[in-house]
Amino acid sequence: MRREIRFRLNGKQVSAQVAPHENLVEVLQENFGLYGARESCGQGMCGCCTVLVNGRAVSGCLYLASLIEGAEVLTVENNSEPDAVQQAFIEASAFQCGFCTPGFVLMTRQLLDEDPDPDEDAIKHYLSGNLCRCAAYPEIIEAVKLAAKKRRRS
Amino acid sequence: MKRATQSTETPQVGRSVPRLESWLKVTGRAEYVHNLRLPGMLYGKIFRSTVAHGRIKRIDVSAAQAVGGVYRVVTAEEIRKLVPEPYYGPAFHDQPILAIDKVRYVGEPVAVVLAADPHVAEEATHLIAAEYEELPAVYDEVEAMASKAIVHDALKPAGTFPDLKHMKGRTNTNLALDFHLRRGDAAGAMQAAERVFEHRFRTQQVMHTPLEPLVSVAESSERSLTIHTASQSPSFVRTEVARLLGWPENRVRVRVPFLGGGFGAKLYIKLEALVAVLSLIARRPVKIALTMEEQFFTITKHASTFRIKSGVTKDGRIVARECEVWWNGGAYADIGPRVTQKSGFTAPGPYDIEHVAIDSYALYTNLPPAGALRGFGIPQLVWAYESHTDMMARELGIDPIEFRRKNLLRDGRPQATGTVMRDAAIEKVLERLEALMDWNALLDRGTGVMRKGRGIAVGFKACVSPTTSVAIVNVNADGSCIVYCSTADMGQGSDTAMAQIAGEVLNMAAESVSVVHSDTDVTPYDMATLGSRSLFHMGNAVKQAAEEAKGKLDALRKELQLPADSEVAAIFKKKYGMQAGNVVATGSYIPSYQSPDANGLTDNATPFWMVGGTGVELEVDTETGHVRITRLVNVADVGTPINPKIVETQLSGAAIMQLGFTLFEKMEFDEAGQLRNASLAEYKIPGILDIPEAITNEAVVAEQKSGPFGAKGVGETGTFGVSPAIANAIHDAIGVRLTSLPLNPEAVFMKLQELK
Repeated sequence: MRREIRFRLNGKQVSAQVAPHENLVEVLQENFGLYGARESCGQGMCGCCTVLVNGRAVSGCLYLASLIEGAEVLTVENNSEPDAVQQAFIEASAFQCGFCTPGFVLMTRQLLDEDPDPDEDAIKHYLSGNLCRCAAYPEIIEAVKLAAKKRRRS
Repeated sequence: MKRATQSTETPQVGRSVPRLESWLKVTGRAEYVHNLRLPGMLYGKIFRSTVAHGRIKRIDVSAAQAVGGVYRVVTAEEIRKLVPEPYYGPAFHDQPILAIDKVRYVGEPVAVVLAADPHVAEEATHLIAAEYEELPAVYDEVEAMASKAIVHDALKPAGTFPDLKHMKGRTNTNLALDFHLRRGDAAGAMQAAERVFEHRFRTQQVMHTPLEPLVSVAESSERSLTIHTASQSPSFVRTEVARLLGWPENRVRVRVPFLGGGFGAKLYIKLEALVAVLSLIARRPVKIALTMEEQFFTITKHASTFRIKSGVTKDGRIVARECEVWWNGGAYADIGPRVTQKSGFTAPGPYDIEHVAIDSYALYTNLPPAGALRGFGIPQLVWAYESHTDMMARELGIDPIEFRRKNLLRDGRPQATGTVMRDAAIEKVLERLEALMDWNALLDRGTGVMRKGRGIAVGFKACVSPTTSVAIVNVNADGSCIVYCSTADMGQGSDTAMAQIAGEVLNMAAESVSVVHSDTDVTPYDMATLGSRSLFHMGNAVKQAAEEAKGKLDALRKELQLPADSEVAAIFKKKYGMQAGNVVATGSYIPSYQSPDANGLTDNATPFWMVGGTGVELEVDTETGHVRITRLVNVADVGTPINPKIVETQLSGAAIMQLGFTLFEKMEFDEAGQLRNASLAEYKIPGILDIPEAITNEAVVAEQKSGPFGAKGVGETGTFGVSPAIANAIHDAIGVRLTSLPLNPEAVFMKLQELK
């Protein structure tokens, strides 16, 4: 029942044999060894499985892999050098266990692409679909502000 | 030439070093067991009990076994061929690897399907049929004291703890431990007191929900077993799995990479014994990764009932206190009996009370097991005694801070056990709380339906004792340094802290020190990463090891006639004629301790005290009962912080987690013991929109003289005062007193209606 799909993954053309029930996180982990998007709640409530498909954040654990045929898929592993957002998360100490961090990093990038200078309220609302059980939320808000500043500077 | 290590005279402790693994975490490359796949690995999916208490009449696995792709279906029957007595647990050997003869809660593991494809395994579990003869069940901890429904036929203490030995073989009881403390004459003093207050408080069952759900992988050969597991206690896993198999410990290897959160959920044995026997039965590597839903059926935080009674003089001195606490331990004891005793003895709170009586009971019920959750029972106790304190202060017409100050337990004075308080900055915490809350300024009370109030609470905790940590420090021939320790970094930043401690002693930048993660074949023994003990115990062990290494290097310099300030690499070069050799040093730490006597008294109950205070300002919508926290102040005695930024995030993270346990989190059971909200869709944890508008965190200036560089643990301290501070503030705002958690809008609204 597997069929081959082709898509672009972190800038490279790739293909994978996928079964109809397999989700995007499974394919990224099993076929490509990318573990940055990870299943936690399995219901799209926590954001740990965030992946960008054609530039939009999706819950990878609920996204059927066969739907990414021809799509542009970006994961947290995309950049080899730290970008402003990742640097800001480190400087602001915006994580503890790190399990939810890739999701927050990707959502923050998307937020800053849309709004280069978000206020605190905008930050909170935009990131409200991502959960952090270590509750590094105050530091995450600081990190987003810092990332915005870093991006504006460069 | 690029040097392997930066030698430095800059102080390493007291510096906010970013977590050593920062880059790995922001790029999604940190190692978790979640990521691990091994060649030939099978996935195990668990079939679980649907009844709260029942005798197993029949388990039919034939349809599941017939599914294409299913490797094998395993029940307790097969496990018993390998392990005749497959029961485990840190306090009682009461928990079967898979249910035997009986099931004791809804969700208990009964059978496992193994398949190379996890979807196949999952699908096949739905085809297993089990038949039970249902037995009467008990869910409430107070009812369990006298219930006819008995969860365990006979008690089986593990033998590790001397105060549990007398429970061996007891029948017809749900009591897993009763702890009693008697100091002075509480009953007599109560009678003589001018005012007596008595209240009863409840806390609800909640779950840790680490975002990396519990996960373990085992691989085996005839002679050895390797378990890769998201565990906070690798040494215990090794000991317990070796005991079950009747093997020496050197045939069981336990590896732990980073944990995606722990909070107490990943302690002792959870999935490890199961994957171990499954891999031995299947002769293939086996992985079990729980779903978020399944975590709720694995380990939880004790629900509790606390009756507290105080005798007070008319000028507000507390002279007598009685505490009666019932802990709902669920179907298996896990570490519950320790919670009952180790937290139980602090039940009277951080107050100087002459006459005290404590009765603390660990109860079995037919609910998912309860264990340690960030505070080890302390948040449940502080919730009660600090609500009680405020209620008395208000009744007596004394300012709540003034009332506390009048009764505070000061350094040099004996706590309820008789242990004299040392390095516990209770007074300073209260003082800073008062200042940061601007307590003497008038508070805006709000208008119309929106009413404002404020509240505070102060709690304390004795670190669990006695426990051991061992560390190795290895200096390589290029001068670089490796620390070997079995502390699990689950987000609290232990790798970084240990590197800072070793770096401080050896004059190296913390960033250049490597910390090897738990691998019981490599890293030495550690009791566990729990109860805020690691920074103190392992920190002392690492410091000792580093000092020994430094001493050896200095001795080598002398022996080789090198100047005292010569580079470390030069020592090895001269000694071995090339870049070769190591200097290896060890450190081990166990504090002194005295077991309580028959009255629960001891002059040495703990190596250190943690003190946490919380201040809250909030707004209540009297039409909806909705509470909005506008300000949260966390003040703590953490000794002298090793890493101030990490300390701050620990305080704030713990307080926000406790905010969830206070305002909305609750495991909801129906009358048949079935959990109704086992998912993050129905069980809401704090999100970014739930955090208070303003948060202040402060570590008071303090020193733990016996700690490494004056430091002590901090992981739990932020939780202590949150729940009562909020209840006290709600009362302050609207005159309504809530005595049962959570303080959700429904509870506030119903209470408001009662008053009308």
